[in-house]
Order: sequence, then structure tokens, then C-alpha cells
Amino acid sequence: MRDLELAEDVLQDAFVAALQHWPRHGVPAHPRAWLLRTARHKAIDRFRRDANFQLKRTEMEILTELESGAMPDDFDEAIEDDRLRLVFTCCHPALSEQARVALTLRTIGGLTTTEIARAFLVPETTMAQRLVRAKRKIKGAGIPYVVPAPHLWPERLNSVLAVIYLVFNEGYAATSGDQPTRAALCDEAIRLGRILLELVPREPEAAGLLALMLLHDSRRDARVDSTGHLVTLELQDRSLWNLQQINAGTRLLRRTIDRDRVGPYQIQAAISAVHARAGNHDATDWHQVTSLYKHLYELHPSPVIALNGAVALSFAAGAEAGLLALTELNGQGALEHYQPFHAARADLLRRAGRAQDAAIAYRRALVLTRNVAEQQFLEARLQELLQ
Amino acid sequence: MQFMLLIYSDESAGPKPETPEFGELMQGYGAFTEEVKTSGVMESGAPLQAVATATTVRVRNGSTEIIDGPFAETKEQLGGFYILDCEDLDTALSYAAKIPTAKHGSIEVRPIMVFE
Repeated sequence: MRDLELAEDVLQDAFVAALQHWPRHGVPAHPRAWLLRTARHKAIDRFRRDANFQLKRTEMEILTELESGAMPDDFDEAIEDDRLRLVFTCCHPALSEQARVALTLRTIGGLTTTEIARAFLVPETTMAQRLVRAKRKIKGAGIPYVVPAPHLWPERLNSVLAVIYLVFNEGYAATSGDQPTRAALCDEAIRLGRILLELVPREPEAAGLLALMLLHDSRRDARVDSTGHLVTLELQDRSLWNLQQINAGTRLLRRTIDRDRVGPYQIQAAISAVHARAGNHDATDWHQVTSLYKHLYELHPSPVIALNGAVALSFAAGAEAGLLALTELNGQGALEHYQPFHAARADLLRRAGRAQDAAIAYRRALVLTRNVAEQQFLEARLQELLQ
Repeated sequence: MQFMLLIYSDESAGPKPETPEFGELMQGYGAFTEEVKTSGVMESGAPLQAVATATTVRVRNGSTEIIDGPFAETKEQLGGFYILDCEDLDTALSYAAKIPTAKHGSIEVRPIMVFE
């Protein structure tokens, strides 16, 4: 099937049929095969229903193919192929980032429009329009419903990974609103990561991304205290970390890194794993963290990575060394409006015992913060300093 | 499916006539046009004269206004186009990336509307 909307509709029809049929007649021996066969019949039904309209040539061809075609030998494979096509279509770079995220959650994740709207704090009508517009663009612009050609594969896979990580971060970082962790989105991203890894088991970055999300998410319960305030890695109660997730993430990462095709997701997961291994903040192997950030920066030079590298360096070699790296980083004042820069600088100044400079930096960071929990955290640090 | 590939670039930037770079650009266009012709996707295409030659026409309340210059002053100007018959957007995008101006300008890819 080459038509996204049709595939989505007939699968939905098949699920509805299953809901009506299975409770009465029992679950069939091969549920997936049953669904696929039913979906095929539903597709034929739909075309017949439209027969009073003039059938387009391609639809005519699909109909003939459906009616004459023997069932594929391997149903599972056929379903997997179809899902993979869906993944790549929903994450096509010709769609806006927002549209990619919404479509992926709707189509691959199976979330309702209401759920997606709630997760992204937009009115339901806005989200519904976004989805309609995205589907219209897929159809109108000629975005293919296929697994990309080999020469496009790396770029397109990156786009898929980025969409899943965006979903995760939206839940994990919660850039606006008063909930520090919108846990449901993290769960959903991890589920999407698992689906993707099943579909492309040979892609080390797909495994790296899943490992990264599992390791980050293992700290979920420790990141927020009983009053809803954000707790930094340094002050987290490590007994609250989810050991099962840490082990799963670490195991996955170890298997992947052996393959010797290292990418940014794997390195970030490795950094997270170093933290997960440490019994407390001081016991962390900060030299290794610093060198991993350096490696990451070589692959992907960005101020965020350099900033994190400078903070790691401050724990490995002292606050002054970290501050020096930060000053160098801000060179031409490029990070003047970047909240994490001022938050990190404030913390290093405080640790270096330069209270007055630290207070100025905390105030600067506060002005740039939208997240309520983070504002409260910075405010508390500032008040401690002023006492 | 037919796609129009609109070639935009800053006329004052890019290779200047009578430089080796300009010769390379023209050769690139020659090779690209040859490629789309031999692969059978070429419908049509043409370069346009500089935006200084543009004239804009509007009819308002029955009277015709004629204005010197392009419809909108923009940083990049429309310099030419191709119409290609491709299987899907991915194919059209791969051709767009091969248009020599893509290296210093940008190519907008739009499907052509089909009336059924």
C-alpha cells in the first residue's frame, strides 16, 4: 500500500472489526495475520464504496493488486515493512518539526489528538488542524510512502531519531508549564524507541537513543522532590533511581558500542551511564565525562555540548578551570541570552566562593527562565547566597 | 507527478560572467539539463533575464497598473525554473540538490496542480 491515509484508515477499520469479532468468536490463532487480511478486505470495500466516483488510475491498480494478490508468506514481515514506511513518512524532513512530532505520536504511537494536544499544552483544535495540514502536505507535496532509498537512509534515519528524542525531551525537560516531568511523553518516546529498534536492529544510533532515554528516565523519581521542585543530579537521592532501567540501558549500550560505529546518541548515553554507575556525585568519573563531552563536541560542535563539557571539567579540575572554559566559550557574547549558560556560570561562581558575581549571574538566569520549577530552584539558590 | 523547481539566488552574489567559476556554473547547468533529458523526466525549463528587466501588472477596479520591478523585493530572486516529471517528492528533491545554483542559492520545489 502506498497511501498513508488509506493504510491508516483500513488498519483502524480492521481494529474496530477485531474489537467486534474477537470477543464473540475468540482471538484467532494468528491475530496479526487476521488483522492484515481484514485490513486488505476493508481497503477493497473502501474502493468499492468510492466506485461511483471516477477511480483514479493508481487506485484502480491497487484494487487489482489487492484482489488478485496472494497473501504474502510472512505476515509479520509485511506488517513491519508497513510500519517502517509509516515511520519514515511521518518523519519526512519536508514536514515541519511540529508536524513530524504530532504525526508520529498519532500514527505510530496511536495517541489520540486530545492526548497529544494536552501533552503539548495547545488547544485540541490547534492540534487537529496541525495534523490535517500535515496529512494534506504529505498528499499534496508528493511525499512518498516508502522506506527511503539507501543514499537517503542516514539523513532520514537521523530525522526519525530526532523526532523521538524531541518527544522524550518535551516530557523530560518541560520547557514551559508547571509540571517538571510530563512522564507520559517520556514513556511514549521510549516505546517509540523500542518500536524503531525492532524495525532497524542493525542501526547502532537507534540502540544508542533507546539506551540514552532509558538511562535519563531512570532518574525520573529522583528529579522532583515531594513539593514538586526540581532536584539537580548532584542532590538527587540515588536510591530512587530505577535500577532496572539503568541495567537495561547500560546493557544495550555495551552491546551497541562494540559495533564500533559511534554516534552522538551513543556518546550521550555513555555519559549518562557514567553518572548512573557513580554511588554519589563526588564518586563520578568526571575525567571520563569531560573526555566524552570532548568527543561529542568533535562530532557535533554546539554551544550546549561545550557548556556541559565546561561544567564536567569544573568537577574534574576545579570551579576556576570550569569558569575559564565558560569565558572562552562565550567569546563574542554569543551565549548572552542562553539561560543554561548563566545558570551554569552562577553555580561555578558560587562554588568558587565569588558570592557577589554569582548573585548577578543567578538574577540573569532567572530573567531568562520560563519553567516555574526551574525558577523556584534558581530563586532558592539566590536566597541561600544572600543570607 | 510534475514538479516545478524554482531557482532562487541573490543576483549580486554567485559567480560573475567571464570568470572561471561562471564557466563551471554554466557547464554544470549543461550537464544537469542533459541528465534530466536523458533520464526522461524533463518537461521544460528556462533561465530568466535579470530581475531588473521585470515588470509587474495589476488590475484594480478595472484599471491596469504597470509597475517597474518584481512583485516583491526579496534578497533572493527567481532566476529560472525546471518542470520535471518525477515519481515522488524524494526524487524531485534529489534533482533539486543537483541544480548548480543550489550551492549558493536555493531551490523551491512545488508540485504542479492537476485538475481532474
